[in-house]
Amino acid sequence: MTTQLQLDSLPAVAAETQPGLIAVAMSGGVDSSTAAAMLQQQGHPVVGLTMQLWNQRRLPELQVSSSAQHRCCSLDDVYDAKRVAQHLNFPHYVVNFEEEFQERVVRPFVRQYLAGRTPIACTNCNTDVKFEPLLRMARQIGAQRLATGHYARIRKNANSGRYELLRALDDSKDQSYFLWGLTQEQLSCSDFPLGELTKDEVRDLARKLSLPVAEKPESMELCFVPNGNYVQFIHAYARAEGQPLQDREGEIVTQDGVVIGRHTGIHNYTIGQRKGLGFAAGKPIYVLAIDPQKNRIVVGEDDALRTKLLEIEGVNWISLAEPLDASPSTPEGGSSAIRGHAKIRHKHEPAPATIEALPGGRARISFETPQRAVTPGQAAVFYDGDTVLAGGWIR
Amino acid sequence: MNRIYFDHNATTPVDPAVLEAMLPYFSTEFGNASSIHTYGQRARAAVETAREQVAALIGARAQEVVFTSGGTEADNHAIFGVVRAASAGRPRAHVVTSAIEHEAVLNSCQALEQEGVAVTYLSVSREGRIDLEELVRAIRPETLLITIMHANNEMGTVQPVEEIGRIAAEADLYFHTDAVQSAGKIPVDVNALQADLLSLSGHKIYAPKGVGALFIKSGTPVKQYLYGGHHQRGFRPGTENVAAIVGMGKAAEIARIALRREAARIGGLRDILEQGLLARVPEARVNGGGAPRTPNTTNITFSGIEGEALLIALDLMGLACSTGAACSSGAVEPSHVLTAIGLPPAEARASLRFSLGRGTTEDQIRAALEIVPSTVGRLRSISPTYQKHSSRG
Repeated sequence: MTTQLQLDSLPAVAAETQPGLIAVAMSGGVDSSTAAAMLQQQGHPVVGLTMQLWNQRRLPELQVSSSAQHRCCSLDDVYDAKRVAQHLNFPHYVVNFEEEFQERVVRPFVRQYLAGRTPIACTNCNTDVKFEPLLRMARQIGAQRLATGHYARIRKNANSGRYELLRALDDSKDQSYFLWGLTQEQLSCSDFPLGELTKDEVRDLARKLSLPVAEKPESMELCFVPNGNYVQFIHAYARAEGQPLQDREGEIVTQDGVVIGRHTGIHNYTIGQRKGLGFAAGKPIYVLAIDPQKNRIVVGEDDALRTKLLEIEGVNWISLAEPLDASPSTPEGGSSAIRGHAKIRHKHEPAPATIEALPGGRARISFETPQRAVTPGQAAVFYDGDTVLAGGWIR
Repeated sequence: MNRIYFDHNATTPVDPAVLEAMLPYFSTEFGNASSIHTYGQRARAAVETAREQVAALIGARAQEVVFTSGGTEADNHAIFGVVRAASAGRPRAHVVTSAIEHEAVLNSCQALEQEGVAVTYLSVSREGRIDLEELVRAIRPETLLITIMHANNEMGTVQPVEEIGRIAAEADLYFHTDAVQSAGKIPVDVNALQADLLSLSGHKIYAPKGVGALFIKSGTPVKQYLYGGHHQRGFRPGTENVAAIVGMGKAAEIARIALRREAARIGGLRDILEQGLLARVPEARVNGGGAPRTPNTTNITFSGIEGEALLIALDLMGLACSTGAACSSGAVEPSHVLTAIGLPPAEARASLRFSLGRGTTEDQIRAALEIVPSTVGRLRSISPTYQKHSSRG
């Protein structure tokens, strides 16, 4: 005879989703773990989600070294996130976004390099994965909001009615540069609990809460590129896609078109790079431009690397609506210039500039003083003080 | 929150009677079944009783049952054991299996391929069954083994194993079947199946995890897999996990006695759940519903939703079920089984498995019939693909 089991009982499962539930994107690192802990301490019901983004098995040839640990897509990190959730006693799930990540981040990353541009995978991952399918997943499982461990702030401006994206209080950790693509809708349901903290404060909090990841070192590299060797990655990826890269050599020319050498493939170069180019007339030379049509690298002296003007595309206006109609009389139908500071790469100190909206989702940024190595494929983010006014891809 | 567990094909709770039978073997009856003294003799007796109980569940003789660490070991042992014993001295070897086997079988076959053994993966119909004519055509002079599961873990569909056994016997081939998902749910009789080897798992039949069994018909040459001491006639060495083996024996006994009644009861509940979901959720379809199935399993496609999201949403509300196969990180991977029956990837991803068990009650079915339709409705209302899909139609 069967014995009555313990687990049967009343039909009392929750009939509704939990009100106020916040999903936290957990990488298994100290930042997102602490963000989850903070929200829980503030009394919010929390559910942790860890994205499975990239399967290291995809490119087995890159797996020879074991240093592919401590990457955001590694199993160790997934287990770390699970341990944190267990420690704090909230539910946690791993969600599979390998396909989205491959389509929206990895493939564009490789294509951009092969087209002579220098992409930022983290921005695509934020805009097109974390705050898109992951946010949708959060909503589907019954969460109203999505929180991440980013260092940035969101504020609703009572006057304009718009959600604003602000730099983190800790300047050295600020990640607003990677978040410029967020729409009003995405900002309205996102939380960055670490925006007002320094890294040290986050670590202290993690220690105080005895989070199992409190002492975990930070990951700085692209999560899917082992050892930070992106050239090796691009070759392996192209081979795996059945389109191996071969014979991509071309000419290295000066601005006057004088051929001074050969390059090994334009994807091996980035604007401002000096390494591997040698000297001309005793002066160091740098990559000034990459010409995918002619398969050429254009080089020159440091002075020629500097420019005041740049144009961005795919512009996202955050703290104000696209100001195209502000001044219909301006040439090209653009806006009048707005003053502020612009940042053209992650480690660039924002420099005084103006921005004008152009038709077609473009904008023009004019710096007061010339800036070094404006790099197509990177983003330019325009700030008004701490507030992100707009961002876009450098053309 | 009272949780509802509809994932009995993944694992089952240890039956209280099983636990009770096991407990002495952790403490007072702790002997090593290989020892000569009284402690050892009592442990040996318990292991042999369990062997008889497991044998009785499948119509085998006790000496034909080898205890293993679980279903995976049993599958590996059967497949590698037969191929290595039979292929010795032969230049070529060939194995026939199906596309919807458990990974323990599929990956064993793939490992054999690495060693130069040819493997045929039979396709399955829309209902998840192999085609017997295709099986016959797949047999070659160098074929050694047919390994085809009894019941499928994801859909519960039952293969025509008796016919497969007959085909194997006529062709003088060894026939292994993974009965991990059928044992305890439907009758499993090694004689009716003409099986030479059959795998069982303890934790699918209310015994603990970490114990399983392999039936090996007397006279079947199987090369041993592990090497060590004299345990289990030296064929499967390693000190017997006496408590777990006792648990598996007791579980087999309970399953055998309760089989008919529980199959009818659980099958009735499954039908209420299935019919109820089909009635309450538009555009829901049962996978494998046209084939004979284990009575506890239903696999349903809810078009336009992400199964992963539905699974998590239901779990957060206290209902546990499953989708596809989990990879090592715990993320959901597209099901090779649903892909094999011809579901496009989006439909495969929109499918959930509910597997009922001994603890399932009518109240639980009623609760599930409330929360599953409302949650599917909510997900569809925010799904861009479903809205697109509906506005088209």
